[in-house]
Amino acid sequence: MSQTSAITAAEVSHLADLARIALTDEEQAALTGDLNAILSSVAAVQEVATDEVPATSHPIALSNVMRPDTVGETLTADEALSGAPASEDGKFLVPQILGED
Amino acid sequence: MADLTRLNALELAAGMRSGEYTSTEVTQAHLDRISAVEDTIGSFITVTADAALATAADVDRRRAAGETLHPLAGVPVAHKDLIVTEGVATTAASKMLEGWVPPYSGTVYRRTQEAGMPLLGKTNLDEFAMGATTENSAFGATANPWNTAKVPGGSSGGAAAALAAYQAPLSVGTDTGGSVRQPAAFTGTVGVKPTYGSISRYGVIAMASSLDQVGPMGRTVADAAALHEVLAGHDPHDSTSLRDQAAGFLAAAEAGAVSGSLAGKRLGVIRQLTGEGVEPGVQAAFDAALAIAEAAGAEIVDIDCPSFSYAVEAYYLIMPSEVSSNLARYDGMRYGLRVEPEEGPITAETVMAATRAAGFGAEVKRRVILGTYALSAGYYDAYYGSAQKVRTLVQRDFAQAFEAADVLVSPTAPTTAFDLGAAQEMDPMSLYLGDVATIPANLAGVPGMSVPAGVADGLPVGFQLLAPAREDVRLYEIGAGIEAAVNETRGAGVLAAAPEL
Repeated sequence: MSQTSAITAAEVSHLADLARIALTDEEQAALTGDLNAILSSVAAVQEVATDEVPATSHPIALSNVMRPDTVGETLTADEALSGAPASEDGKFLVPQILGED
Repeated sequence: MADLTRLNALELAAGMRSGEYTSTEVTQAHLDRISAVEDTIGSFITVTADAALATAADVDRRRAAGETLHPLAGVPVAHKDLIVTEGVATTAASKMLEGWVPPYSGTVYRRTQEAGMPLLGKTNLDEFAMGATTENSAFGATANPWNTAKVPGGSSGGAAAALAAYQAPLSVGTDTGGSVRQPAAFTGTVGVKPTYGSISRYGVIAMASSLDQVGPMGRTVADAAALHEVLAGHDPHDSTSLRDQAAGFLAAAEAGAVSGSLAGKRLGVIRQLTGEGVEPGVQAAFDAALAIAEAAGAEIVDIDCPSFSYAVEAYYLIMPSEVSSNLARYDGMRYGLRVEPEEGPITAETVMAATRAAGFGAEVKRRVILGTYALSAGYYDAYYGSAQKVRTLVQRDFAQAFEAADVLVSPTAPTTAFDLGAAQEMDPMSLYLGDVATIPANLAGVPGMSVPAGVADGLPVGFQLLAPAREDVRLYEIGAGIEAAVNETRGAGVLAAAPEL
C-alpha cells in the first residue's frame, strides 16, 4: 500500500484549522511546499512496514505502572493561577467558549 | 590560584573537599567568565547569579560546619531552558512562554538543588528543542566557541557552548533525536543520551514523549558520569521512569580510563553511518580515533543495520505526531502567551489560533502541522503506523548487532558545525538528514554518547558509542577508554585545540 498523494494548499489550511494555528498566506504557501518535500521522503517507511512487522509505540514497555492511592504534593490554587493570562475569583478567566451560531 | 573555570567538575569537587577553594570562589569564577564572554557566545537565556551565590554560600557554610555533603556539592551547573525551575523563568526559547515563572520544579533540577549544585542559569536552545543549530531560539542564536561564525549544534546548543567556553563545568541537556550528542560533537565536549527512562522527564517541557530523554553533559566522560548519577533514578512522577539502580557510572568511567581497558572490547562500526554521506574530514577523524582504539587492543567489527536507512524517515513521522499532541496544551488559557485576533469574534478558538500564530516559530508550526497530517484519518496507517513498524525493525537491528559487538560506533554527525545562517538556506529534509546517526538510539530507547574524536579543518568531530538498553555503564567504560587513548595520542584533550576566545 502506498499513499503519497501531494498535499494541497487547501489541505494545509484545513490542517492549520485543526491544529489551531492562524497562518498567513505566505506561511501557508511555504508550508505546502515544505510538507510535500518532507512527505515524499518520509513515505519511504511504507517500503519496509509489511503486515508481519508489529508496531512499537514505546521504546521500553512498562505495564501497570501504579503508585499508592494517597494524596501527594499538589499546587495551591494561587500557584496554579500564577501564570494565567487572566483570572478572576480563583478561576481561569477565558474567552467565550461557544460561538454565536 | 589556577583559573577555576579550566578545571573539570570532579577536580573542582576534590579541591573544595580538600579546602583549596570554596564553592563561592568557584561559582564567582564561572559567573565572571559568563560576564566576560557571554556577549560573544550567548549560551544563556537567563543567568541566575544571586541564586547561584546563595547556594554556594550555603554549601560553604555546611562544609565548614562539618556536614556530610553530596560529592558534587558546590559544583555549579547550567540547565537547558526546557527544564522547569520553580521561581526561575522558563521559556523553552519560545515567545509562547516568555516571562513564565513556574510554580514547581522538574525532578532533575530538584536533584541538582538537593545535591547543593549552584544553578548558573538556563541555557539557550532551539524553540521547544526543535532544531539542530540553536538558531530557532526566540531569544537569539548561540555561537560556537571554536569559531563564532559557526553554530554550536542543537537543540542543546547553549548547554554545549557553555561547557566549551568554560562558562559552566556541567550542563543538563535533553536529547529527542540527537540534541545532546550532536552539540557535544560540534563543540568538542561529552554528551550522553541515557537509556530511555533512566532519568525522569517530570518537569521537562515535552516535545516527543516516547523519544525525549534528559542527558548529562560535561568536558570529560567521568564528569558526565558523575552528573548522570545525580540526575538518574526512579521517580514516581514519571510513569516511564525505570526502577534500575542509577549507580556505577562514575566507577565505570574510572575503570575505563585505566590503560589497557579497551583490550578485547568489540567496537561495531555501523556500515550505514560511515563512508558515503559523511564529510571526508569527519570520516578521517573518526577513522583515526578508531585506529587509536584498535592499537589499544579493541577489536573492530563490521556491522550491518539495514533498517537504519529508514530511521530518519520514521523519526520525522513519529516525532511531529507526538509534538502535535504535546503542544496542544499551549492554548492561551492557563499559562503563557494569550493573543486576541485583530478582527472577527473573540472566542476560545480564535484566541487559541491567534496565540499559536504569534507564539510559535516557523519550525514549531511546521512540525505541529506535519504531525496533525500524519495522525489524520486516512493517513494514520500509511504514515504513523508504518513509522512505528520501522521502530520495531530498528530495535531488531540493534538486538542482532549487539550479539557481535559490545558497543556500536560511528561519527556522531556527518559534518562539523555549520556556518551560522546556513541551515536557513537548506530545505528541511536535507537538514533533518544530519540527525541520521543519532536518531536510531531514540527510536530504540538505547543509550548513546558522543566523545571527542579529533579535529577536522579547525572544528571538533564527535565519536558516537551506542550500547544496549540499560547498559549505560558500558558507554562510560568504553567511552572513557576512547577518550583516554585519544588524549594520550594528542597529548591533550581535544577541547584544548580550541582557540582562546
